[in-house]
Amino acid sequence: MIALRLERRDYTPVWLNLMLPFLAILAALVLCSGLIVMAGANVFSAYTELFLSALSSRFNLVETLVKATPLIFTGLAVTVAFRAKFWNIGAEGQLLAGAMAAAFIGARQIMPAWGLVPGMIIAGGLAGAFWAAIPAFLKTRFKVDDVVTTLLLNFIIFYGMMALLDGPWKDPLSGYPDSPDIRMEAEFPILLKATRLHLGVLLAALATPLVWVLMRHTTLGFAINAVGENAKAAHYAGLNITGVMMAAALFSGALAGLAGVGEVAGLHFQVMAGLSPGYGYTGIVIAMLARLNPLGVIPAAVFFAMIITGAEAMSRATGVPVFLADVIQGTALITMLIALLFNQYRLRWTQRSA
Amino acid sequence: MNEIFNQIFQIGFFTAVIRIATPLTFGTLGELFAERAGILNLGIEGIMMLAAMTGFSTAFFSGSLWVGVLAAVVTGMLAGLLMGVLTVSLGLSQHVSGIGITLLGSGLSFFFYRLIFGQPSSIPKINAFATVPLPFLSSLPVIGPIVFNQFALVYLAMAVVPASAFILYHTPWGLNLRTVGENPYAADAAGVSVHLTRYQALLISGALMGLAGAFLSMAQYNAYTFGVISGRGWVCIALIVFGQWSPWKSTAGALLFAFIDALQLRLQASSLIDLPYQIFLMMPFLLTIVGMAMVSRNARAPAALLKPFRKEER
Repeated sequence: MIALRLERRDYTPVWLNLMLPFLAILAALVLCSGLIVMAGANVFSAYTELFLSALSSRFNLVETLVKATPLIFTGLAVTVAFRAKFWNIGAEGQLLAGAMAAAFIGARQIMPAWGLVPGMIIAGGLAGAFWAAIPAFLKTRFKVDDVVTTLLLNFIIFYGMMALLDGPWKDPLSGYPDSPDIRMEAEFPILLKATRLHLGVLLAALATPLVWVLMRHTTLGFAINAVGENAKAAHYAGLNITGVMMAAALFSGALAGLAGVGEVAGLHFQVMAGLSPGYGYTGIVIAMLARLNPLGVIPAAVFFAMIITGAEAMSRATGVPVFLADVIQGTALITMLIALLFNQYRLRWTQRSA
Repeated sequence: MNEIFNQIFQIGFFTAVIRIATPLTFGTLGELFAERAGILNLGIEGIMMLAAMTGFSTAFFSGSLWVGVLAAVVTGMLAGLLMGVLTVSLGLSQHVSGIGITLLGSGLSFFFYRLIFGQPSSIPKINAFATVPLPFLSSLPVIGPIVFNQFALVYLAMAVVPASAFILYHTPWGLNLRTVGENPYAADAAGVSVHLTRYQALLISGALMGLAGAFLSMAQYNAYTFGVISGRGWVCIALIVFGQWSPWKSTAGALLFAFIDALQLRLQASSLIDLPYQIFLMMPFLLTIVGMAMVSRNARAPAALLKPFRKEER
């Protein structure tokens, strides 16, 4: 009998390492093409629409970058957390916390005009960090599972936000459950005339190398990696596990909070129910495709931004439901996880006597 | 105060508690089988979502609710199988695999719902399960209308709880399953196939999660909506910690959660307390976290939870 078995590798070729995310995405697209066929569309034209519409015009190109911005932040947030094995599935909620803090400050006359933009960024980062500190505290102090708490906190803050939007924050002008618009001076400056390319895009591009340096070349980054790789060994080496875990959580939450600040200050100028269509969850897929390397987050985020932007066009042109984008995300996460296996193992055909 | 009591704690309230507890019971027991075998099944939320969709759609077109339930169960088992391939055969991270299955399951449920039903102006509905009063028992005072005038799936849940406890604690297979979750190497040495047992556990897990989804879209409601699960799967995972990995205690946790949920629904409707309804919706989630914080210190998860089993690499 011939069987497939996994065999540990002695070394991994560099090219293979770099190829893995691409192979994973390719596999995901091949798998998802079955759904396009089921929807009665042509696979080639559906994928052309999905990817090329994002690149088809200057406008769409900018839109893709704008869409990539919150994804870069949530991708970085998840990267930092997962490095410490703090299972932060709560970037979604931390994003909302940041957005609410930004909207609160931006819409009120409590700050001088010049202080608004920095004030919103700081407040949003702090709010996100605070929302991530709760599960980190519960984990380190009471051993409460972080996966469950971060997830439940997403629901809690969403309902909290909706209560505010339905009550004290309701826009008196529109009557919709939207918060009032932030002040003009609070809006992020536009970097490219007649587009929506806002300061947040630049902030995301700058945050990425900063996070990389921090994770790679500072004591804190070293500690976070050490705790994630082997908490016991890190403890014996004299690291304060609780402190490192808390620092990773705060850092992660702050990054996710900034995603929310960008959406409010650069794009929507208010908080509303559909503020985040799951950017926090997409951040997990992005972080994994980036192999928890901050520098990989940008291409991964741009890729998913393309898909999210292109899904509407694809749906209009071919009738394939927009939710194909969600399926691709889930599939890519799974195929990437499988691809990572080839980092350590290789497939071998073995002869077995039956 | 007395007035509030009379206004809320009526027969109908407790009927609702049982009803709300049912999908949580299915989901919690499903998760329990997986976790006792050493697999954290974070796919639960997506599996429930997908099963709610396939069950509803099948019932919509076949005209038979039970065929719909069967479709939901099969959906759950297929998802359990996928989870098995990833976490048992390939030994991949249970956290990430589960989240992947949840993202995939919810994505697929949105995709196929839109593909099947398009965007109609009024949402498609089915004639959902009706209550089945049990002869004699339903005419018992108080307990009759609360417990014995329910959907058939509620009775099924009531049967699954003792059955699960029996299987886990009083059958050789249950002992094997628990050993696999505590010490897979010992189980292996005793001739138990760790991988096979974990696959079996994940199939049962998926089937029960499928029932949870089916209950929501076909009994509790008569339609599938994108928010049909809205966090119930995650609550199930919390309930297991709260119930210390015991089927009875976890079910008690499900009833407690359902009590709080039913209470917030009543308070919302009663205008006794003037708060935005979202605050009430938030309450069960908040109390779940508080409950977990109280018990987690002494909670002891199955020892091999999250650990892949590779025979040759001890």
